[in-house]
Amino acid sequence: MEQFIQQCVNAMQWGSFYALIALGYTLVYGVLRLINFAHGDIFMVGAYISFFIATALLAQGGLFGFSQGVTLALTIPLTMLLTSLVGVTLERIAYRPLRRKGAHRLYVVITALMCGLVLENGNLAILGASRKALPNLLEKQIYTFGTIAVTNLKLWVILAAFLVFAGLHFVVTKTRIGMAMRAVSWNRFALPLMGIPLDSVIVFTFMLGSAIAGLGGLLFAMSYPVLDPYMGAMTGWKAFIAAVVGGIGDIRGAFVGGFLLAFVEIMVAAFLPSTFRDLFAFSILLIILWRKPTGIFGLPLTTKI
Amino acid sequence: MSKLLQSVTLGVLGSLLMATAAVGAEKPIKIGFPIPLTGEIPKVGESTKFAAEIFKEEVNAKGGLTVGGKQYPLEFIYEDNESKPESAVNVTLKLINRDNVVAIIGPQSSRQAVPAGGVANDNEVPMITPWSTNPDATYNRPWVFRAAFLDPFQAPVAANFAAKQFQAKTAAVLFEISNDYSKGLADFFKNEWEKKQGATSVVAFESHGPKDQDFSAQLTKIIASKPDFIFLPENYSFVALIVPQARDLGYKGPFMGSDAWGSAELMTLCGKECKGQFFSTHYAAAGATGSTLEFINKYQKKYGYVPDDLAALTWDAISLVTQAIVNGGQVSGKVEDERKLIRDNLAKIENFDGITGSMHFDDQGDPIKCAVVVKIDDTGQFTKVDSVCPQ
Repeated sequence: MEQFIQQCVNAMQWGSFYALIALGYTLVYGVLRLINFAHGDIFMVGAYISFFIATALLAQGGLFGFSQGVTLALTIPLTMLLTSLVGVTLERIAYRPLRRKGAHRLYVVITALMCGLVLENGNLAILGASRKALPNLLEKQIYTFGTIAVTNLKLWVILAAFLVFAGLHFVVTKTRIGMAMRAVSWNRFALPLMGIPLDSVIVFTFMLGSAIAGLGGLLFAMSYPVLDPYMGAMTGWKAFIAAVVGGIGDIRGAFVGGFLLAFVEIMVAAFLPSTFRDLFAFSILLIILWRKPTGIFGLPLTTKI
Repeated sequence: MSKLLQSVTLGVLGSLLMATAAVGAEKPIKIGFPIPLTGEIPKVGESTKFAAEIFKEEVNAKGGLTVGGKQYPLEFIYEDNESKPESAVNVTLKLINRDNVVAIIGPQSSRQAVPAGGVANDNEVPMITPWSTNPDATYNRPWVFRAAFLDPFQAPVAANFAAKQFQAKTAAVLFEISNDYSKGLADFFKNEWEKKQGATSVVAFESHGPKDQDFSAQLTKIIASKPDFIFLPENYSFVALIVPQARDLGYKGPFMGSDAWGSAELMTLCGKECKGQFFSTHYAAAGATGSTLEFINKYQKKYGYVPDDLAALTWDAISLVTQAIVNGGQVSGKVEDERKLIRDNLAKIENFDGITGSMHFDDQGDPIKCAVVVKIDDTGQFTKVDSVCPQ
């Protein structure tokens, strides 16, 4: 039983990362009907940005030499800001020209895939293949209850995922810009006629999604401090699957899907031979999609991509 | 021009041009290196390349390798196998067919060396893998050799050491399922441990995939089974993730590692969490003497850090190949003949004094040599605590 509770805690932490990435996928999809396959790599860029900011701010005898607490407090907003700029840049140089030319959605998706590869290999070319380790930003504390162990970092990660979800839900359902985002999703062509600046709304969407990915990247780098250029690819794909299972385009869906995937993965590894983890995990997701092809929260739409 | 004058000119030219390999009239001897410059274990590729570059510069500064009275410069071709088995096969083929290398040194990890060894053997090109410890890399492959000891030898070394050091009765194992090295060593270890400590003494035997970053599910299972220690036959990049995660989950016991831990990058990635752990390996840099120390000093001077075990093994592998070329007594113009000559002379080498210790070769092309167990001390150095030789 205690082992089961421990595994639930593990799944909550791992699911938080899937949820944070899946929220970015679902946000862009919900607004633009575009699967932004570069999103996993934006997450990776976020992790690297946090590495550079943290190293620069912490450096002993360097320009700043801040303490761990101050560094963390500055790294969070700076990472989110810079990562959102990366997302916006991608939108400006890759997706917007295609949208202007009225390219079919398929081409934009392929462009997104290629942007992801460019980010991965660009990173590889510039920084080399050597792994990076994020400096320690949070003094680790392990709380134990019987045989169950939780670190303060894990609790922060889970809390961050819930806060981001709540914040995002508020923005989309309760604010004017959120209303504009839903309007873009509803009918992109009628929108300019209503006097809503389409491009600004789209840029805002990308900023929001990428900032969340940046935060996810920072927390991921703190939890799993071995960074490599391909770290975002696999996690990104799985998060995308999580978003689809949850019902892509719906924020609740991405959130629930992320945790669902993590629970299935962890529980399969926990109670069946770990060799079969991905086989069983994805078979279960396949069955869910087979029963409900649009995902848990998804609405039937005639064309998805 | 007299012979003397010619060799003097060559020597001067050679030392001026260093490694440009444009020396003299003789065609360079081409050796291929299919090594992991990117991917999961990039530091392994870097160490290999660095060690090879020192070797090449040293030989070419002297005018080249003297074979049968003539001097041939060395030319090393490095290809990236991306730490993937399929890429290792591709680049090995490329080195053989396009670059026409006479010998291949690498790949380093068994995961790439086992498939690449098959390619080299089928194409009748001599290959030495410096670091691969899985028996399959050379088994029934007359063209494939190695410079490292084997996992059936390493597993008992690790098991016996752990039993003695930790007074352990039970062990848990976590390994990478898709890696020949990790899986093979885990199996050998399990057999060995159960033979010594009884049928149920391996209390957890868990695996993970090649891209995994979260091991909490497996580790929770392992910790719940209360092992005396955890055996981790893993690449260093995984070690740096697994050890801290196990601590986070409340595990306080020791870890025992294998030779794949021994990368120069382990401590920068893992930090203080890995200090105090033990692993079995090929050589210990701290306290080295003689030609080993000489190599360590050269390497450290040039690249600024202490070479890891596979840099030393690479050096030995290149020494073996060049010795086989010299022993051949001639460099024939035809690549096929040259490859055959090198293979035959490699197979003839019975005893070899390398910087990773003296070794002699059995009929499978595998060296019989000693292993050391090192401890990661408080300064992050790998200090030798035990040495085990085959009986």
